[in-house]
Amino acid sequence: MTIAASRALDPDDVCFVGIGAPSAACNLARLTRAPDLILIYESGTIGTRPDVLPLSIGDGELAETALTTVSVPEMFRSWLQGGHVTVGFLGAAQLDRYANLNTTVIGSYDSPHVRLPGAGGAPEIATHCQRVLITLRHRPRALVETVDFVTSLGFGRTGTERAALGIPTAGPQLVVTDLCTLAPEQDTNELVVTALHPGVGRAQVQAATGWPVRFAPEVAETPPPTEEELTVLRELHRRTAAVHGA
Amino acid sequence: MARLSSLHDAVAAEVRDGMTVALEGFTHLIPFAAAHEVIRQGRRELTLVRMTPDLISDQLIGAGCASALVFSWGGNPGVGSLHRLRDAVEHGWPHPIVLVEHAHAAMAAAWEAGAANLPFAVLRGYAGTDLPSVNDQIAAIRCPFTDEELAAVPAHRPDVGIVHAQRADRDGNVLLEGIIGVQKEVVLASARSIVTVEEVVDDLGPRSMNASVVPGWAIDHVVVAPRGAHPSYAHGYYPRDNAFYVAWDDISRDRTRFTAWIDEHVLGAVAA
Repeated sequence: MTIAASRALDPDDVCFVGIGAPSAACNLARLTRAPDLILIYESGTIGTRPDVLPLSIGDGELAETALTTVSVPEMFRSWLQGGHVTVGFLGAAQLDRYANLNTTVIGSYDSPHVRLPGAGGAPEIATHCQRVLITLRHRPRALVETVDFVTSLGFGRTGTERAALGIPTAGPQLVVTDLCTLAPEQDTNELVVTALHPGVGRAQVQAATGWPVRFAPEVAETPPPTEEELTVLRELHRRTAAVHGA
Repeated sequence: MARLSSLHDAVAAEVRDGMTVALEGFTHLIPFAAAHEVIRQGRRELTLVRMTPDLISDQLIGAGCASALVFSWGGNPGVGSLHRLRDAVEHGWPHPIVLVEHAHAAMAAAWEAGAANLPFAVLRGYAGTDLPSVNDQIAAIRCPFTDEELAAVPAHRPDVGIVHAQRADRDGNVLLEGIIGVQKEVVLASARSIVTVEEVVDDLGPRSMNASVVPGWAIDHVVVAPRGAHPSYAHGYYPRDNAFYVAWDDISRDRTRFTAWIDEHVLGAVAA
């Protein structure tokens, strides 16, 4: 999943990185095929080149290896809202068929089944970056027909809200799970399966998806990991575990 | 003009029941020592303002200091949930808590607006999200020039703003380095301010002329609190105690264990 997600970044992207799986994918891309990829974390670090994956969004390693570090208001107002970021890379607890993201609550807002951390930077990452990539584990509870709460806009409840609101950015362009990749269908903006990871079948994807998922007319197979990708990712995780003890 | 105060005296002078209190620090320089003093002094019914309520907010909420939380991301970074926050939200223990929930972009803009003495902040935010439906502090406003619809949120103007920094000189000028978050805006936006520092020095030392410095005349209290940001970190002084963040998950999960931890490590400790 991390390797497939890392391949979705262009070498000249300026990327606003979410913590966790997106962070691993972005740093893998930087350490392999995209050495000039510019990584930005919401703590204010621009052009950071961490040697290990940060445990939090504001680890000292991110500041030490950054080209520059700015205040949080400057980060959100001038850099993100100013339109200087090409791609936002997000994770979520729930994702629906129109690529809306929920990181707020499972269940109702007033008496939630699970109270999640909340929005953070994601709502504006989802609308201000030129395009959005999403990665999450493929489970029926995670890929749901309708999210319980729209924390961050994909294409809206009916797939048309993004255009109706006049938001000029492209929005979610690719979802990478541990089973497959999905992308919005051209006219409906509904997520459809575009590639299956090696060894994964259609029935397995359907069983793990909370809506009757459709498949693109041509479904590719994700190219298997290369030796270099595997070696660099394992080494990154080894260094991270050595530092964070996790 | 900054006065050099003890932690006890600064908190006793400025933080009273029912106030709106900001304790900020974006992962870095989180003012834990000051929060522990607030817990020791038994403050109640506080409205806490913090972009990223993490362990410091979990401790204040679990200790019964807070009745409302204004925030944009509440979790234990890289670890999981805040169990004391969740217990307050889901079960009202030890007190129910009102959540005023934002996104980072709005909180940051509200800090800037507060520092600038404006009544509200305007941003291109929240488009298409459900957050305005659960927070009446998010409004829509039209640009008077283009008629574009934008989001508006009230400026943060807390009664007291508390931040931590690396060091101060004897005039109370404070140096912040590394991830500087919203700390300068908090000092400028708050009616009264307390800055805890690792040390007071004769001279702030080698720094670039555009290093982040808050002049002493803009601060009310400077307090020496060595390791005052632990378990977060102070760049150049000590690293983030990642093991404690992981350990907190277990400590905070259980009410009895949490209370014992507060008794031993906060109430049993004497302020510097």
